[in-house]
Amino acid sequence: MTTVLQHLTDGLTRSMEGDKRVFLLGEDLLDPYGGAFKVTRGISTRFPERVLTTPISEAAIVGIATGMAMRGLRPVVEIMFGDFVTLIMDQVINHASKFRWVYNNNVSVPIVVRTPMGGRRGYGPTHSQSLEKLFLGIPGVRVLAPNTIGDPALLLQNAIADDDPVVFIEHKLLYACHRLEIGKGDLVDGEVEQFGERYPTYNIRFSSKPQISIATYGYNFEIVRKVALEVLYEREIFTEIIVFSQLSPFNLMPLAESLSKSHHLLTVEEGSSNLGWGSEIAARIAESDLNNVKIRRVGALDFPIANTKTLEDLILPSQSVIKKAIYDLME
Amino acid sequence: MLLIRRFEERLLEEFSSGKLAGTTHAYIGQEANAVGIFDVLHKDDIIFSNHRCHGHYLAYGGDPYLLAAEVMGKSTGLVGGRGGSQHIHLRNFYSNGIQGGIVPIATGMALAEKYIKSKRITLVFLGDGTLGQGIIYESFNFASLWNIPVLFVVENNRYAQTTPIEIAVAGNIPDRFKAFGINTWECNSTDVVKIREDSEQAVNFVRSNMQPAGLILQTYRFAAHSKGDDFRKPEEIASNKKSDPLLIHGNRLEKTDREMAESEITWIINEAFSRADQDPYPGSNNLPPILL
Repeated sequence: MTTVLQHLTDGLTRSMEGDKRVFLLGEDLLDPYGGAFKVTRGISTRFPERVLTTPISEAAIVGIATGMAMRGLRPVVEIMFGDFVTLIMDQVINHASKFRWVYNNNVSVPIVVRTPMGGRRGYGPTHSQSLEKLFLGIPGVRVLAPNTIGDPALLLQNAIADDDPVVFIEHKLLYACHRLEIGKGDLVDGEVEQFGERYPTYNIRFSSKPQISIATYGYNFEIVRKVALEVLYEREIFTEIIVFSQLSPFNLMPLAESLSKSHHLLTVEEGSSNLGWGSEIAARIAESDLNNVKIRRVGALDFPIANTKTLEDLILPSQSVIKKAIYDLME
Repeated sequence: MLLIRRFEERLLEEFSSGKLAGTTHAYIGQEANAVGIFDVLHKDDIIFSNHRCHGHYLAYGGDPYLLAAEVMGKSTGLVGGRGGSQHIHLRNFYSNGIQGGIVPIATGMALAEKYIKSKRITLVFLGDGTLGQGIIYESFNFASLWNIPVLFVVENNRYAQTTPIEIAVAGNIPDRFKAFGINTWECNSTDVVKIREDSEQAVNFVRSNMQPAGLILQTYRFAAHSKGDDFRKPEEIASNKKSDPLLIHGNRLEKTDREMAESEITWIINEAFSRADQDPYPGSNNLPPILL
């Protein structure tokens, strides 16, 4: 079985094979080390000219990639830990995301910034965050996150083929996960409906009459899936899970369709839930034509992520917190 | 140089009479820099300019009408009114309004051109104020490590908006390049001919060695940084005007040639501004649907 990590490496490799304009830039990318989380392992050996290992200069790496993109190349940047994206914000917001539109569509900026996010590994407050919400809602920036129901390799290849800047969020725990097979394992009784081709949304339902719709993305789909089975066995609550590959901008339709049946919405993300991804979804649903939708959001508590496991477990959304939110919502 | 001077004067006039909204950063006093350097560039070399980009754009050969329309916010402007004074693009000329943020981008452009073996070099503008931004030093490091053909041009006009260099820049400017092993040329003149000579050495070095270089131009702006933010002593400005680049180069010309240039440029500028004035503003039909 292939892990998400291997799929991502395959996606990068295929993009580099198929398009000589694709370059990788980032810290410690060269073999034998092959990058901090090994997504780029083996690639510098195959394409030594096009893998550029860099000094610790996140802002300039993204700036250089932006310049390369504006002159016809397709650079892919790896930011070693998602926590370090704070250093690239000016380049993304005031440069890469602006040029195409501000120059009246005379240029394009096809860059991908890949970065591992997320906690649950005891890395502490500056190496465990899920900071993707900082990129949500920036005009001109697309934010994607792979998951185990879709094809991570294809998602990454599509991002690299995109003509606009993409931020690609990879949860650290997702790397070791395997792709799901429909009709097997967790999904033996599940049905999957895919919306969209390039950056799909997946609705996973266990009944034609779901009682609750759970919106999530990335690794947290793994946790939500376990909770879905628990609430089914414990209280016979049928869930429909809506897994977004594209976080921003996003298409509300698949979720709205599910809510027209369930009328209960739970959003689950690992970043802090205040003013987060789930907040925007809740607002959109409140503004929509759907009536009588009860809503709960689950995310991290408003603390820096503690180093010790006991506190980290309390701060990040756990299976039991998600389950409790479902039971509260259904009361 | 005269076209730049008169264009900027006209813009400042239009701002003070309330005809223009927004902001501007005049190149008055610094005209010889861009004119001198660009004369030794090749036609398809790349230029990344900053907030003070009008003079650079006009020296690049940009049409004054398109810039006037852009600053006025007209749909016929260089970039359809989306960018305004500081954010413009024409062929291989780009500008953006963030101090220093453009430096790694120009460095990346130069790197891309090196990969495709185009022989183009890239030039990027910094000011003395930009020296406070950390990202430029990250860029110097990359440029030197990877032998990137980019020319960093520091126009030192001695003021970062209102703050004099003495209380904003420690050490000296050439040492900043030296620390990264980047060859640097300095020019302490406002004579366009001298600036051209010194630039030629730096430009030729970058092109023939495919390596970065620094070019430091000691200069002075006669106008405010932007508008209404000039607190320099009038005597200081007056004394610097003795080395006005237009005066120095103008003395090389016959009086009749100078008069002819003045009248021709007056006509070009009047034409540019009156034509742009009649152009429409962009409206909702210029906002495309937002794609998911």
